[in-house]
Amino acid sequence: MTSTAGVAPPLEAAPLPPDTGRRRGRTGYLLLLPGLLWLVLFFVVPFYSLVATSLYDPAGSDFRGYEMTWAVGNYVDALGEYWRPLLRSLWYGAIATLFCLVLGYVLAYAIAFKAGRWKNLMLVLVVAPFFTSFLVRTLSWKLILADDGWVVGTLQFLQVLGDDGRLLATPVAVVAGLTYNFLPFMVLPLYASLDKIDPRLVEASSDLYAHPAVGFFKVTWPLSLPGVVSGTLLTFIPASGDYINAELLGSPNQRMVGGVIQSLFTDANDYPAAAALSMVLMMLIVVMVLVYVRRAGTEDLL
Amino acid sequence: MSQVAETPTSPEHPPAAAHGDHAAYDGLRLRDVTKEFPGGFTAVRSLDLDVPRGSFFALLGPSGCGKTTTLRMVAGLETPTSGSITLAGQDITYAKPYRRPVNTVFQSYALFPHLDIFENVAFGLRRRKTKDVDAKVREMLELVELTSQARKRPAQLSGGQQQRVALARALINNPEVLLLDEPLGALDLKLRRSMQIEVKRIQVEVGRTFVHVTHDQEEAMTMADTVAVMNGGVIEQMGAPAELYENPRSTFVANFLGQSNLIEGRVLRRAADVTTVEMHGIEVSVPSPRVHTDADAGWVGIRPEKVLVGRPGEELDAPGNTIPGGVVSDVSFVGVSTQYLVRMPWGQELQVFSQNTGRTHMFTQGESVELSWRPEYAFLLDRSQDADAGAAERVGG
Repeated sequence: MTSTAGVAPPLEAAPLPPDTGRRRGRTGYLLLLPGLLWLVLFFVVPFYSLVATSLYDPAGSDFRGYEMTWAVGNYVDALGEYWRPLLRSLWYGAIATLFCLVLGYVLAYAIAFKAGRWKNLMLVLVVAPFFTSFLVRTLSWKLILADDGWVVGTLQFLQVLGDDGRLLATPVAVVAGLTYNFLPFMVLPLYASLDKIDPRLVEASSDLYAHPAVGFFKVTWPLSLPGVVSGTLLTFIPASGDYINAELLGSPNQRMVGGVIQSLFTDANDYPAAAALSMVLMMLIVVMVLVYVRRAGTEDLL
Repeated sequence: MSQVAETPTSPEHPPAAAHGDHAAYDGLRLRDVTKEFPGGFTAVRSLDLDVPRGSFFALLGPSGCGKTTTLRMVAGLETPTSGSITLAGQDITYAKPYRRPVNTVFQSYALFPHLDIFENVAFGLRRRKTKDVDAKVREMLELVELTSQARKRPAQLSGGQQQRVALARALINNPEVLLLDEPLGALDLKLRRSMQIEVKRIQVEVGRTFVHVTHDQEEAMTMADTVAVMNGGVIEQMGAPAELYENPRSTFVANFLGQSNLIEGRVLRRAADVTTVEMHGIEVSVPSPRVHTDADAGWVGIRPEKVLVGRPGEELDAPGNTIPGGVVSDVSFVGVSTQYLVRMPWGQELQVFSQNTGRTHMFTQGESVELSWRPEYAFLLDRSQDADAGAAERVGG
């Protein structure tokens, strides 16, 4: 923000009092202040506390208190004990993101190019699930996938599932819940970037001997990449940290790392392990996002 | 209402009966093409058009006249409601756009923003898996003088450069017909003039059929061999630019293509060579081939630069039609010429452009004058047509 004072155009500054430039700079800082305060209070302080907690002496307890001993071993212990739910989280998150991408792309494409006057209504419908609580929506999936529900019944009738087969408490249910819950986060950025594509570009590709399918992969898809990248990030990051879906629709065998962290914090009171696991998850995601954005060639998003 | 150019290739009328000899015609041929959009709007009405191979053809008309729709039907981006389109004897009415030997230079170019200039130009070749893409693209970039910009993105180029990329991207495919949809509309006047000459030069060089859509009559006349003036989904008149300008057949063409004075008149006598018309009590003659009405009432038309202005009784170099009793009501000096408005005894104001040769007298407002013109420059149009048709839609001078 320091540059604001510097770039005050001389033409404009000349007839005004000489302190205008400085006042402009001060206004900039003042405007920044609420945001900065917010970040310090709700990001920097908790983050510092999380990092510190992850390095506490693991032998501490609520009764004896905790000591800061730079116990890096917490990380090794947490990884050694909980690598399964951690990997499972990334895996479920990735599959759900892939499903969201396929479903969301078709939906966003239809809204952007084919919906005509129904465009706004369809966008509202995409967001409409947010009008009810996340928990209620996930619980209703429990009803849909219930053992005596019509989905399981139909699948059993079609011999896809065995007579005692079920969907609840399986990875299928957890991934289905994740896909459903995070679909809008995929659709909206995809729509935003598809809607910006000039339909004449598609016409031009067709005029230049590109079959519609080829035209899609050579023109529409590359131009929608910013939406694909931000959509997959907005879906993958919360989906892999989510624990509600695994808890409500899965069994302990589908436990995800979010659930582990939550129970470490609230049930086991093992704060150092919970904090270390949180840090691992965060660092893993940051590294993956950086690599992904680099490879997709959409650095301007960062 | 459709008209066919007076070219030897289109003798048949009505066109529906002419399917037999399509194979013989090697240009672009539209027969009885109609396009109705959902909602009942008819953009193009039973249009017949012959574009000879290798010609530079302009579709000229105000916005909404159906010229762009016609172009899009040739490109395959719209499907005609009825009628047929043939190209070099092949019926392409329903062919997919990516299967036609036709390429388009789009209005505002539609360059692919994610590809560099080289890849934009190579796009068509790559889709057809052509060999020697590199050499061909380089050659084409040289033709449009953009070799040094090959690795830039479209957004980094100026409007004129983008226009040349769009032209190169279409031309490199060596299309049977190149369609240009108002390609110069986004450029400023000076650049537009130089691009007009440039595009014309390239057309002569590659010798392909160009179909150019524009609403700018000067652009159409500068560039095209043949101009078709479109209005309300039909072709009003078609021919060489000079022919259209000198001998318009409708009030729309007379006003849209340049300016015209249209004076109410009544036919007195019709002879093989000369038709005599009474015009507010004055007898004037019009060559019979320039009479475009069978009715008795008509509009006598004369271009402002063909009208001579002189003092009452002065001898003017215009044997034939002399109209006395005018009063100069407005004078504007524009350098190369002086433009007068002359109020006639019957109340109408006529436009007169007097070339600044240095030997003519400059009249001032309020002076009494006499107008005259050579009879061979006059034309007679149908009285039932609107005398102001096309005047409001005209752009530029």
